Amino acid sequence: MNFDPRYSTRNFTSVGTRPIRPDGVDKVTGRARYGADFNMAGQLVGRVLRSPHAHAVIRKIDTSKAEKLTGVKAVITAADLPDLTDGDAAMYDILDNCMARKTAFYDGHAVAAVAAVDARTARQALKLIEVDYEVLPHVTDVDEAMKHSAPVLNDTIFTEGLEEKPAKPSNVTKRSQYGHGDVHEGFAQADYIVERSYRTEQTHQGYIEPHACVASVSSDGTADLWVCTQGHFVYRQHCAQLLGMDVSKLRVTSSEIGGGFGGKTHVWAEPVALALSRKAGRPVKLVMTREEVFRASGPTSATSIDVRIGARKDGTIAAAEATLRYSCGPYAGMWAELGAMTAFACYKLENVKTVGYEVLVNRPKTAAYRAPSAPMAAFAVESAVDELAKEVGMDPVEFRIRNAAQEGTRSSYGPVYGPIGIGPTLEAAKNHPHMKAPLGKNQGRGMACGFWFNFGGQTCTDLNIGMDGSVSLAVGTVDVGGSRASLSLVAAEELGIAYEQVKAVVADTSSLGYNDMTDGSRGTFSSSMATISAARNAIKILRERAAQTWDIPVDDVVWEKGHAIAKGDKYGNLAALSLKEIAAASGKTGGPIAGHSELVADGAGVSFATHICDIEVDPETGATRVVRYTVVQDAGKAVHPTYVEGQYQGGAAQGIGWALNEEYIYGKDGRLQNPGFLDYRIPVCSDLPMIDTQILEIPNPNHPYGVRGVGETSIVPPLAAIANAVSNAAGVRMTHIPMSPPRILAAIEAEQAG
Amino acid sequence: MVEVTLWGSLGAAAGGKSKIEIEAKDIRELFRKLAEQYPGLEPYINRGIAVAIDGTIYRDTWSKELPQGAEIFLLPRLVGG
Amino acid sequence: MAGVAVSTTINGDNVEYLCQPDETLLDVLRDRLGLTGAKEGCGTGDCGACSIILDDRLVCSCLVLGAEAEGRRVETVEGMAHGDRLHPLQQKFLEHAALQCGVCTPGFLIAAKDLLAKNPDPTEEEIRFGLAGNLCRCTGYDKIVRAVQDAASVMKGA
Repeated sequence: MNFDPRYSTRNFTSVGTRPIRPDGVDKVTGRARYGADFNMAGQLVGRVLRSPHAHAVIRKIDTSKAEKLTGVKAVITAADLPDLTDGDAAMYDILDNCMARKTAFYDGHAVAAVAAVDARTARQALKLIEVDYEVLPHVTDVDEAMKHSAPVLNDTIFTEGLEEKPAKPSNVTKRSQYGHGDVHEGFAQADYIVERSYRTEQTHQGYIEPHACVASVSSDGTADLWVCTQGHFVYRQHCAQLLGMDVSKLRVTSSEIGGGFGGKTHVWAEPVALALSRKAGRPVKLVMTREEVFRASGPTSATSIDVRIGARKDGTIAAAEATLRYSCGPYAGMWAELGAMTAFACYKLENVKTVGYEVLVNRPKTAAYRAPSAPMAAFAVESAVDELAKEVGMDPVEFRIRNAAQEGTRSSYGPVYGPIGIGPTLEAAKNHPHMKAPLGKNQGRGMACGFWFNFGGQTCTDLNIGMDGSVSLAVGTVDVGGSRASLSLVAAEELGIAYEQVKAVVADTSSLGYNDMTDGSRGTFSSSMATISAARNAIKILRERAAQTWDIPVDDVVWEKGHAIAKGDKYGNLAALSLKEIAAASGKTGGPIAGHSELVADGAGVSFATHICDIEVDPETGATRVVRYTVVQDAGKAVHPTYVEGQYQGGAAQGIGWALNEEYIYGKDGRLQNPGFLDYRIPVCSDLPMIDTQILEIPNPNHPYGVRGVGETSIVPPLAAIANAVSNAAGVRMTHIPMSPPRILAAIEAEQAG
Repeated sequence: MVEVTLWGSLGAAAGGKSKIEIEAKDIRELFRKLAEQYPGLEPYINRGIAVAIDGTIYRDTWSKELPQGAEIFLLPRLVGG
Repeated sequence: MAGVAVSTTINGDNVEYLCQPDETLLDVLRDRLGLTGAKEGCGTGDCGACSIILDDRLVCSCLVLGAEAEGRRVETVEGMAHGDRLHPLQQKFLEHAALQCGVCTPGFLIAAKDLLAKNPDPTEEEIRFGLAGNLCRCTGYDKIVRAVQDAASVMKGA
């Protein structure tokens, strides 16, 4: 059946309410099962040996001693994961990242793995594996890696996107460019120009649950994988491809997931666990330690960004330009490109140009982190915009309102915008009481805007109606933060029944068609669209069954408020049939009643936010305190407003950590010095105030209820909002994230020294 | 006939063109004809291209029709968190 | 290595187990006793996901040896509800949506229970510092603090 995704106004009954989530009780009683909470009979313990070097050729690996240790059931190296990627460069990179083939590219890169009867034996076995490394010069800094003198990680890489192919290989995998107009002409019209360079350090998604899986491969070629992931169908696809298995013979079950934020979107340990299980002939449980999570999974890019923006006296931006360099780890990515696309997306610009450089460094492979690449670009741009507003002599909010993109504006990344929410979030921020609240001593206020695309993607949903009229909803997008509640609300809304009558579950890969993963803020957007479609398909059957019961044409039966109603005066004496009544009779009217949906949920609406914050800076120590924080963001339509608020607050908190504390610190030896939560400090409860939220609802024209994704945009503005607040409080412009106390103190002292 | 705008790097692969006129009723036909007329684009299409139609980004709906007069913009296929 | 025989009380029940001398109480709870409510987020006492109460004291069970539980009382998240009646903290965490992914929730509930046992009427600041040993990456803590405030007022009234 053709599904029409277009928005139309309606009065909601269930959507917009705030019921308790269906998976809640299990999560407060300790019953919910996460990646490491599952066991199989006879399972072994898997452990991974990791490179202690930032860059080294693996000359030889001798596993014989480890293999002889009693209790060791399998030892694997890259030889046990042969290259089956058939020219697929992206998959080859994933394979090489799972298990280094010829070269260890970073401190923590996997080089071998064991499966043993218990953890102690596995640890002992790792010590018995002898790896002969030839240590190579390394580079971990993004600017250093671009220099001609830098050690080249991969001599087959010649920068893409240049007019002429370069003569020599380098660490720059690609140059990308976006924009329109003529920036030279634009800057010639500018009365004020701000030009600055910015840096941001590498951060980790910091999910509290380490990667964990249990793999069981049978000798007949079938396999089971239990894993915490943002996309079990994608993991199945990748694992099957890397291990040479039939996709349908690998069943992947997604556990409850203890946070992902982009960090659980591609495989790390899972192909290794499957290869160990295949070799050992027994199930293998592989759980990363926190140190391994930091050294070998995640992180986001470290960046170096130059921004130049010019404005006329009337406060309109005449030209804007940015050069963005993003670290990718040892494999090509499109991280700088995403920065180049998003950097100026909030603004209406006649002349704009952004250039991105993807840079290889001896750090872990960069993974997506919530609106990947956008927060760093926004930090640089929104800092410069704030300074420019001051130069022009305008209030920073007014300056942004003057230049905000609107419907019909050509975006800095190319297309022309439809209806968007940047203007309304700025107006709401301007009128928010937070803006007028008095500031205390040593306190500064900052604000900033942020943008993210949001995606949809392939989605499949099953809706089955039980004989008692209760509804089970099987979805294939992993629930990362309450989507089972939202999707139950949507099913209830569409069917016209109570929320409590619906039970949503995340189905395994054998029970449902393919689903893209939960990324790009698509979980609720896409699966709600598929749920609406499935419910409408079920309603069609419910109407048919009612028509059959009444012996009237189905076209005369409508569905209203959970009941089939015979339409027209001639049916005046027919009492409406409830969903429950139709379900109870289903065995005699044609069998089970279900609605299915397979669709590509495209048309996710772009999303904007404006954040305001007050920060207190101790001029003696450089220590900061977040005094007040407010998030204003467009949700399109908030299906479960409490969890929308939760996304806003969580993104803000992650952004606050990024802005003030979190960073990967590498030693001269290229080894990560702070792979633990003690030294990589994420915000704790006492670091934060309450985080106020304001949800705006500017309907997305491409979703029946107007829903937009809400998960990612909230992490985009905080870096800049806080930098602006700190700069205002300390009286000195901060250009290096994180603004840890030593950096702030150094900036204050440098300013005082003149 | 629809006018298709290419992002920077893609334009270079199409012989330096930033705009292409093409007769295509939907995204599938657009990609097929682009690959035929500009073989340099094929690796990009295989790697994934998103199509923005009047500002809305489509990553996978190849059956999506291209309305006459619509603004068609090709972008790299994006990733999210 | 020879196992150590341990006799202890967990959530009010007498429990006996054998464990290795170097095995953490967290591993014993999770791997030997099937009590997987306590989670290992770091293994170094920094995240609080493995919080339990040991003889009225809040501890990270990843920093306690299984052998140290001998003769003591252990309380885990599995012991908070009475039958099908949730503890007020559990109920308020649900009502306030104080969890998103939920992996830190058992640790927060135990830490909050310990906090309210010692300070039944905490200020917001006391709650924030009382729960500062537990990491949550999803919520920004706002709704967690509100849930604890609400639970405290319910428990005072009870």
